[in-house]
Amino acid sequence: MITIQLPTALRTFTDGQADLQFEALTVEAALCQLTEQFADLQRHLFDDNGKLRSFVNVYLNDEDVRSFDGVNTSLKDGDVLMLIPAIAGGRETPRT
Amino acid sequence: MLTLTQEQIGTICKHAETEYPSECCGAMLGRFDNGICTVCEVLPISNQREEAAKYHRFLITSQEFLQCEKQARKQNLEVVGFYHSHPDHPAKPSQYDLEHSLPVYSYLIVSVQQGKSDKMTSWILQNDRSQFNEEEIK
Repeated sequence: MITIQLPTALRTFTDGQADLQFEALTVEAALCQLTEQFADLQRHLFDDNGKLRSFVNVYLNDEDVRSFDGVNTSLKDGDVLMLIPAIAGGRETPRT
Repeated sequence: MLTLTQEQIGTICKHAETEYPSECCGAMLGRFDNGICTVCEVLPISNQREEAAKYHRFLITSQEFLQCEKQARKQNLEVVGFYHSHPDHPAKPSQYDLEHSLPVYSYLIVSVQQGKSDKMTSWILQNDRSQFNEEEIK
């Protein structure tokens, strides 16, 4: 069993649950189960091409999964995944 | 509705003026209760965009976000939103803001005109990601 921890913004789509548990062998499998169970999360985590949005990061036990094998990273019992967005923004027009 | 103390508003305005003409940014920790978002703590964060882009862009990295989440959980609070400044530009969210936002959070924007803090607004992204809705600040 692995745990996925969600930031506040995404708990709206999981009936308020912050920590969710799944049986999954890879990060990808865990994310698939998450979005199958809570379909409204799909548009916030993945773009129209099914790719993880650029500002959404997945951490495995406090390490970005990109430093392992990305979404193909293997999981073991007791692992904790956290979905962590980067926050970006800025004004409309560049200074002239 | 987003509620902040005068001291918290002062912290945000001072940060915005200190970083001018660059954009400043930070996180807000607090509580959601019956549609009212109460800010308990304001955390100024260093804008991680490259120097050349800081005048119109800000970035809070996932590592910084992770630290905010951990601090919030430790204090039995939640990350309730983020603030940033728009130097010499209105306090209205841009298309870029919209594309990089998540629902639920309050996105507070303070306009800085010629180095002085001006209008402050706060916005929440609609769940379908189509637009921001302005919320009252009290």
